[in-house]
Amino acid sequence: MSKFLNATLFYALVFVIVGVSVFPFYYAVITSFKTGTALFEVDYFITKLDFSNYINVLSSPNFMRSVWNSVLIAGSTVGFAMFLAVTASYALARVRFKGRGLLLMCILAVSMFPQIAVLAGLFELIRALGIYNTPWAMILSYTIFTLPFTVWVLTTFMRDLPVEIEEAAIIDGATPWVIITQVFLPLMWPALVTTGLLAFIGAWNEFLFALTFTASESQRTVPVAIALLSGASEFEIPWGVLMAASVIVTVPLIALVLIFQRKIVAGLTAGGVKG
Amino acid sequence: MPSSPPTSMSSRHSLSAQRRCAAMWFLAPMLIALFCVAAWPLLRTIYFSSTNTTLTSLYDGKWIGFDNYLSYRKLSSGRVIWRGTLADPAWWNAVWNTVRFSVVSVALETVLGLIVALVLHQNFKGRGWVRAAVLIPWAIPTIVSARMWGWMLNDQFGIINDILLNLGLIETKIAWTANIETAMLAVLAVDVWKTTPFMALLCLAGLQMIPKDVYEAAKVDGIHPIRVFFKVTLPLIRPALMVAVIFRMLDALRIFDLIYVLTPNSKATKTMSVIARENLIDFDKFAYGSAQSTLLFALIAIFVSAYIWLGKVDLSGEHSK
Repeated sequence: MSKFLNATLFYALVFVIVGVSVFPFYYAVITSFKTGTALFEVDYFITKLDFSNYINVLSSPNFMRSVWNSVLIAGSTVGFAMFLAVTASYALARVRFKGRGLLLMCILAVSMFPQIAVLAGLFELIRALGIYNTPWAMILSYTIFTLPFTVWVLTTFMRDLPVEIEEAAIIDGATPWVIITQVFLPLMWPALVTTGLLAFIGAWNEFLFALTFTASESQRTVPVAIALLSGASEFEIPWGVLMAASVIVTVPLIALVLIFQRKIVAGLTAGGVKG
Repeated sequence: MPSSPPTSMSSRHSLSAQRRCAAMWFLAPMLIALFCVAAWPLLRTIYFSSTNTTLTSLYDGKWIGFDNYLSYRKLSSGRVIWRGTLADPAWWNAVWNTVRFSVVSVALETVLGLIVALVLHQNFKGRGWVRAAVLIPWAIPTIVSARMWGWMLNDQFGIINDILLNLGLIETKIAWTANIETAMLAVLAVDVWKTTPFMALLCLAGLQMIPKDVYEAAKVDGIHPIRVFFKVTLPLIRPALMVAVIFRMLDALRIFDLIYVLTPNSKATKTMSVIARENLIDFDKFAYGSAQSTLLFALIAIFVSAYIWLGKVDLSGEHSK
């Protein structure tokens, strides 16, 4: 009897956890299919499918432009960070030199920077380079969190690769560059994909820099576009359209996260827990 | 490689020297990039904080020392007037909001994350699906979740008010995000909802590192599961938990986006990042905002050093090898 009770309680807990996790997104989906006065009635299920909000969002040139901006910015900033991080993490993981521990701590410290602390200085730099209100402003500024993160995670991955392969390559007379490109890179593909994906999500979601370094609507990234989306008047928020836009930008992310679940968990724990 | 190998001692020596040289070249581009986007802007921010620079004329600022932080003036009547951030009640309100938010949200996330991790650590049917469902809040961008919750917490048409009214928990509809008393609750709820999955994943990774025979030994000895949790499980995952807590704490201390979107201009939730950006960009008090960002940076730096020093946390993972 008590075993049955325990099992019931356990499944009730599981049910609550799943319900709380999924419900807000589910409710956004419900709302995204509503227009007009239907929005102001609370429904717990989809009553009818009305795609006009989605058509509205997908035919808005500014919103589609924001999606493209976000893809371009997140893609290039991650590509740039990965390019620098692969060689740097080899040096940090595989070569013994003085001050390595200190350097690693500095890199970790940068990834934990409060972004507001560099906002004033970055604003000046971006103005001086003449890239204010262009995608370059974001590509440059996002490096502050994508680069330390990728270096950090790739270093922990590389540290765990067996020493023997590298020793064999050294005996064969391979230079460090050859070791990285011919020996390590093929082994690191899974790690690279995970790290890249996590950094991409971070860049995709960034808000403070994107809000500060853009001025015109066509230069906005997705989070800024969603945050500043407004209707005919400032006080009237078009909730249906807003939820449709939210669903559109969230579904690919949820899909990616669910597909790469296991890898992401491994990547997060490599970046976080090493105790 | 030369065809005639030198003696093994010197070859090993020159080899490691060659590797160290290559390492320097590999590190240089990354270090230069980090200097440009992190160190240099930080130094400029600190410099701006001791000038009277404005947003419109970035290069016309004059050195005014610590006046942005604290200064005083004696009036002819003998009264002393204090000025600067450190004498600004709005700033101290923001500091208090930030600290309150960080401590409460991280504490709740740790406890709930542990519970979720303990559930996911059990063997039951459909565990994979439950874990996938738990990951969803983490996958949703902060801005999107702020908007989604803003709609759910809407005072007139929000579903939260509807549910609570139907359950009889509240008598009238509550303007969760606009009300001074409930704004912080709303922010905390969304943040806890959004980041508990992260905490749960890190805790779960810690749990999975504990060898199974520890539990079996406890079971044989007939120790109550709750006792096992506090005496065995918790001490064993403490290192993992300490690292997870510091990561979350640093994130919470610099929170900006959620509050900017969910409760704009609410005095009850304005944090240090929000108020600093407001001064920097919106109010054209560039130098004043720089001083506030510098203070936030200093606070976080002190917090991290104290935490690492007191908790003996091995963040770099160098010693576990």
